[in-house]
Amino acid sequence: MSARAQTPNDGMASWIGKAFANRSFLTGFLITLLVAVVALTSFLWTPYDVTKLIIADKTQAPSLTHWFGTDHFGRDILSMIMVGARNSIAVAPVAVGIGMGIGVPLGMFAAARGGMVDEALMRLNDLVFAFPALLSAIMITAIFGPGAVNAIIAIGIFNIPVFARVGRAGALSIWPREYILAARAAGKSKTQITVEHILPNIANQLLVQGTIQFALGILAEAGLSYLGLGAQPPMPSWGRMLFDAQTRMVVAPWMALFPGMAIVVTVLGLNLLGDGIADILDPKSRRQR
Amino acid sequence: MSLLEVENLSLSIDETPILKSVELSVAPGEVIGLVGESGSGKSMTALTVMRLLPHLSRTSGRVTFDGIDILAATEDQMCALRGDDIGMVFQEPMTALNPVKTIGEQVAEGIRWHTRAGRAEAEERARRILDRVGLPEAKFPLSRYPHELSGGQRQRVVIAIACALKPKLLIADEPTTALDVVLQAQVLDLLRDLVAENHMGLLLISHDLAVVTEMADRITILRHGQVMEAGDTARVLSEQVHPYTRQLTQASMHVPERRPNAAAHHASSTGADKQGALLQVEKLTRLYPGRRLSLLRRGEPTRAVDDVSFSMMPGQSVALVGRSGCGKSTLARMVLALDKPSSGSIHFRGEDLTGKSEADLKPARRNMQVVFQDPYGSFDPRQKVERLVAEPLHVLDKVPTRRERREMVAHALHEVGLAEPDMDKYPHEFSGGQRQRLSIARAIITRPKLVVADEPVSALDVSIRAQILDLFAELNGKLGVAYLFITHDLTVARAITDEVMVMHEGRIVERGKTGEVLDHPQSEAAQALVAAAPDLHRAIARRMQEQG
Repeated sequence: MSARAQTPNDGMASWIGKAFANRSFLTGFLITLLVAVVALTSFLWTPYDVTKLIIADKTQAPSLTHWFGTDHFGRDILSMIMVGARNSIAVAPVAVGIGMGIGVPLGMFAAARGGMVDEALMRLNDLVFAFPALLSAIMITAIFGPGAVNAIIAIGIFNIPVFARVGRAGALSIWPREYILAARAAGKSKTQITVEHILPNIANQLLVQGTIQFALGILAEAGLSYLGLGAQPPMPSWGRMLFDAQTRMVVAPWMALFPGMAIVVTVLGLNLLGDGIADILDPKSRRQR
Repeated sequence: MSLLEVENLSLSIDETPILKSVELSVAPGEVIGLVGESGSGKSMTALTVMRLLPHLSRTSGRVTFDGIDILAATEDQMCALRGDDIGMVFQEPMTALNPVKTIGEQVAEGIRWHTRAGRAEAEERARRILDRVGLPEAKFPLSRYPHELSGGQRQRVVIAIACALKPKLLIADEPTTALDVVLQAQVLDLLRDLVAENHMGLLLISHDLAVVTEMADRITILRHGQVMEAGDTARVLSEQVHPYTRQLTQASMHVPERRPNAAAHHASSTGADKQGALLQVEKLTRLYPGRRLSLLRRGEPTRAVDDVSFSMMPGQSVALVGRSGCGKSTLARMVLALDKPSSGSIHFRGEDLTGKSEADLKPARRNMQVVFQDPYGSFDPRQKVERLVAEPLHVLDKVPTRRERREMVAHALHEVGLAEPDMDKYPHEFSGGQRQRLSIARAIITRPKLVVADEPVSALDVSIRAQILDLFAELNGKLGVAYLFITHDLTVARAITDEVMVMHEGRIVERGKTGEVLDHPQSEAAQALVAAAPDLHRAIARRMQEQG
């Protein structure tokens, strides 16, 4: 019975059942869902128009009319957070997509070839990795100009070495297995083996790393917009909001508090989701939950 | 009075019954053998005595050790017992040691914990016990790390840890299963001496009847968590009253019936004309680069395979025997063109395999396949049997259609004694023996002329091993496929091969008819192997003799 539960073929339904029995996954999933819904809602409706400045209403404390208060231009913080969520939510999949799309094949190739090719690729990888992520993002946006799209690309580029590394390490642990040797004895090429045997067996690790990079991507985006290199005004973004709040911390603490909370909660949600997925996919930890 | 008394012990884990009224006793200075096939509850019995059972396990009955009721003892009491009065040796020396601690630290750790001895004193005692188990400080300083030792040496360290405090009871769970026969004999000797010296009780757990017969005074045979038979080793194994005992002993000594096949019959390797040879290996050498001493300098390369030449005829079954690390597997990989030789040549059906690209190797691949040792590791856990068994099919000139492919897989499964519906299962749904059948099905699906089998039965239980050996023998007769059997187990070589090649330190030191080589070994390496190999016939005879 319990052995049966670990089979990879028990279909989607029971996998979902198992996933929702996992507390981290459930919490993470609900938070992420909430952020996504908020971001989507902002396209259709926000309590107030975020591009309209109403100076008369500036720096109002949270109240029934403005739940999260207003900023120094009299804009509604709740509405701004809702619109800002779009950016944060958009940055993660695209940046992770770039990182996975380029990083994983690189890692696979390095692991399959081995020797000098591996060495050269991974050292190059180290070189990219050696730059602090944010610094390289700043560099890229500085060259190509600030903007939401460039920020996303920059974050994607610093994801490449992460996935190359995780992919390579995972692949290296699979390559010496006997079933790979058996596949080679059956005459399969390295590319075929990578696609048929290696990738499915390291998909778990990549997926978990993906959720972590999601969270880091959101943080990086917030960091870039804080520095003014992300989404440009009047488009609100969480990082930008923090920057604006900085000088007004004493008079209007809510201006910093709510966007800060938004970042924390989103990152927390994604991390929990990642933890949950790791738990569910790892047969060894399954019993303990 | 017995040291350890297990009475009416039952155990269930998560509602699944594991042990049913097990009775067992060990007296000081006595060796008790606990024998059974995998899943029979041998290890669980040991873990119960150590109280190291997983969560959700329920026990009933009594376990008394030295007057202490183990099942009722507190965790603190157990911590004081474990490693002090009860020592344990595990199967896998690779994972039983902590890779980031030196061997000295690991041995001293238990001494310091249990005796509250100071660092220097504990180290001194660690030095003495390591010296005792055959790791003298001059050659093996305490500052060595586990990875710097070989498998046999590591197992000695594990034994040193278990025996450092002169325990009253030592539990050894398959202590030699991961070692080759020569190391096995050495480790068993060491255990025997330690038992005699310290007047310890030894509970020896093994699936290998021959090993247990050589070591144990009394034997307990376990199956499905129940004691089948227990008593004096010589009596139990010679009288074989219980049908399961008979089944086990027969399986251990099983020799498959072999239909002599025509091709192999005429073949004689010594004067074989090289035209007809299936496989012709000449002056094959494989060097592994030495350790990097500095940026530009490397140490002497290791000669894993050193100037090896031999040939095999079609349909012939040849065993390649030798100790672990002698280069058997490296040689096999080169024959399979999975590893490139440093020099020398391999001709398969007259065609040179060395230096060919993967695409050019396709026709050769069709005619040679491989069966690996580990029936768990040799399948991708995420694919179904149909895809796994069909894997070699893509080397065929004409790639079969899906229907043809299913038919071929079904046929191959049928040949190895599995059923057609099995092809839609995942490998984990099969037992170890069934998986080895799957491996064989995968190997024969392209109708190869040569199958290289790397320790194909050493991970299997004796009764399953007998079945798989039968299968190999049957396929040899039916399909005329030649085997290159790599093994350190001489009984396997004796059971199904015509000829034996003995390999030692990268060289083939002896070759001849299987019976002759095993009965009258000429080279030193072969003599060592034969002498160390546990043999059930011999062991029972000796036991009988001792008792008159």
